[in-house]
Amino acid sequence: MSVGQAIPTTVGEPPDGDLQQQFLYEMLLIRRFEEKCAEMYTRGKIRGFLHLYSGEEACAVGAINALRADDKIVTHYRDHGHALARGIEPNRIMAELFARTGGTNEGRGGSMHIFDVDRNFLGGYAIVAGHMPIATGLGLAANLSHEDWATLCIFGDGGVGEGEFHEALNLAAIWKLPVVWFCENNGYGMGVPFDDSLANDVYKIAAAYQMPSVRIDGMDALEVYSATQLALAHVREGHGPYFIEALTYRYRGHSMADPELYRTKAEIEEYRKRDAIQRLKRSMIADGLLDETTYQALVARVDAEVDEAVAYADASPEPGLHTLYDHITKEYEGESG
Amino acid sequence: MTEMRMRDAIREAMREEMLRDERVFLMGEDIGAYGGSYACTRGLLDEFGPERVRDTPISESGIVGAGVGAALAGFIPMVEIMTINFSLVALDQIVNNASKLHYMSGGQVNVPLVLRMASGGGSQLGATHSHSLEGMFAHFPGLTVVCPSFPGDAKGLLKRSFREPNPVVFIEHTALYGTRGEVPDDTDHLVEFGQARTVRSGKDVTLVGYSGSVHQCYRAADMLAAEHGLTADVIDLRTIRPLDMSSVIRSVQRTNRAVVVEDDWKFGGFAGEIAAQIMERAFDWLDAPVARVAGKDVPMPYNRNLEYAALPSEEDVVEAVLAML
Ligand SMILES: Cc1ncc(C[n+]2csc(CCOP(=O)(O)OP(=O)(O)O)c2C)c(N)n1
Ligand SMILES: [Mg+2]
Repeated sequence: MSVGQAIPTTVGEPPDGDLQQQFLYEMLLIRRFEEKCAEMYTRGKIRGFLHLYSGEEACAVGAINALRADDKIVTHYRDHGHALARGIEPNRIMAELFARTGGTNEGRGGSMHIFDVDRNFLGGYAIVAGHMPIATGLGLAANLSHEDWATLCIFGDGGVGEGEFHEALNLAAIWKLPVVWFCENNGYGMGVPFDDSLANDVYKIAAAYQMPSVRIDGMDALEVYSATQLALAHVREGHGPYFIEALTYRYRGHSMADPELYRTKAEIEEYRKRDAIQRLKRSMIADGLLDETTYQALVARVDAEVDEAVAYADASPEPGLHTLYDHITKEYEGESG
Repeated sequence: MTEMRMRDAIREAMREEMLRDERVFLMGEDIGAYGGSYACTRGLLDEFGPERVRDTPISESGIVGAGVGAALAGFIPMVEIMTINFSLVALDQIVNNASKLHYMSGGQVNVPLVLRMASGGGSQLGATHSHSLEGMFAHFPGLTVVCPSFPGDAKGLLKRSFREPNPVVFIEHTALYGTRGEVPDDTDHLVEFGQARTVRSGKDVTLVGYSGSVHQCYRAADMLAAEHGLTADVIDLRTIRPLDMSSVIRSVQRTNRAVVVEDDWKFGGFAGEIAAQIMERAFDWLDAPVARVAGKDVPMPYNRNLEYAALPSEEDVVEAVLAML
């Protein structure tokens, strides 16, 4: 579906077998990583708020694989999947969740605030929609420097009700900024169904800001990939921002603290039948791109990688108390930079 | 040295920094064609064009956040928030993003962002348009809060703000925009953060202020000298985070008395922080409890007489000094 202009939602040839296998591997890695996080949370190794991404893997994998290395990402607090899809080492993410020095943020950020500046992963943000104006500013920077890198801004359906969503989209539209807005509509903002929260469909609200806006199947990694490629081509050519609403579903509670009183087990089972991993596996087998042995090898590989991440995190030291005041401000050296 | 008004010193600082460093750009509501609601950016659109002097819609959160984003990508944005009152709409970006991203990312990113805003009451604008929130911003680790009282300092501090790799909240008292003072001509003249200035020396009491209240302290010192034969140290803090307490303590150790003056509300205000630090570090030198002269605990009234009563005055400062002798 699309509004605003007559635009196709997908484009081009599907990714080749190797890339599809990479998608499958990354989705399996995210799923396994998240299940391990749940276990580590129950064992008290991970503290604070923990929001798992299980069920939504196709969004991260499809969208982020469409990016170039110099494109920038800002995302919300449900960010492990995005970090993994961007190629950040599971070891460093797990160590961050364990609050260790080996973590991406040296244990200063935690689950909701993963950063890796070397991969242009400019943060998970835990204030709903609070990162959306930042994406606008990144887009402005790209335009001011006459470079063609793009910014991918990922957020939930809950963000659409926030004022910062509207300010950010409006500014990006009037200034024609190269930002791809990517809404992971998983049906709920905590326990509130999105159609109780919003006066219109998400992609229609975005279309009011005069940008192409599409609704896609967020449980299909191939569709997400090609829709994001199309969006990136549009923004790189200087046509201004582009909006994608990906319909998806989270299998687990909002966070580990969620008793899930607002939905039924039957509903979850319904969505599991459309599981993104199984779907890609089936289509790859049907296309002769995968066999069961290779699939099992991928499963074994991610199991081993996630176990290794836990071992690495466990062995990484806690930050010393003498480092409490490190990084409050960057040292002034006579010049800004 | 050239004599100029505060607003011209501020404009000169921005101009020079834009000429010096291409990464500097300005954005804000009505800073372009209109010239800024306090005329601080007048002429800059013509000189630098709409890319570097960018008029924005009325979206405080959006533009401050966009400033954070551009700063993350290597630019040095100055976002003008028309007045400090509207910064309340942008607090999420200032507090949750700008002030913490360096820390939270483990030092991976930094935010060289300058936020300018006009502050203070006294113009009969009523309660929503008369805030003095310097102390609120100083509360947040990660922010630098600059509050100049004189044009020369304003220029040197603002230029220094553009060199800072961290977010700076630069707060200008509306009552001071038209005041005149000597401004160094040297385009490399910077005023370092965290260095208070003793603008007048005396021996009987230490008067501490920032922004507009420095001028009240100064006038109070005149009155104390003329009418009571007393002399006062007047300390202009210039930046309230970082805070130069050492200068205050050294002065109190000589005068043995201190009055802290600010426009903001007394309850929970920044003057209380200074009073507490004097108590912690110079208790044995004090001959009287530290006094605070600050705004009265009411939303700012519109009526002229009521507004005057709600704001601190030089008479209040004199009274506070006499009460501690
Ligand atoms: C400004 C703000 N208000 C409330 C919250 C608490 N909160 C955290 S997540 C969340 C739901 C957000 O839902 P959505 O954007 O759909 O993302 P999802 O969790 O579904 O991925 C809420 C209300 C918050 N973090 N920030
Ligand atoms: Mg949601």
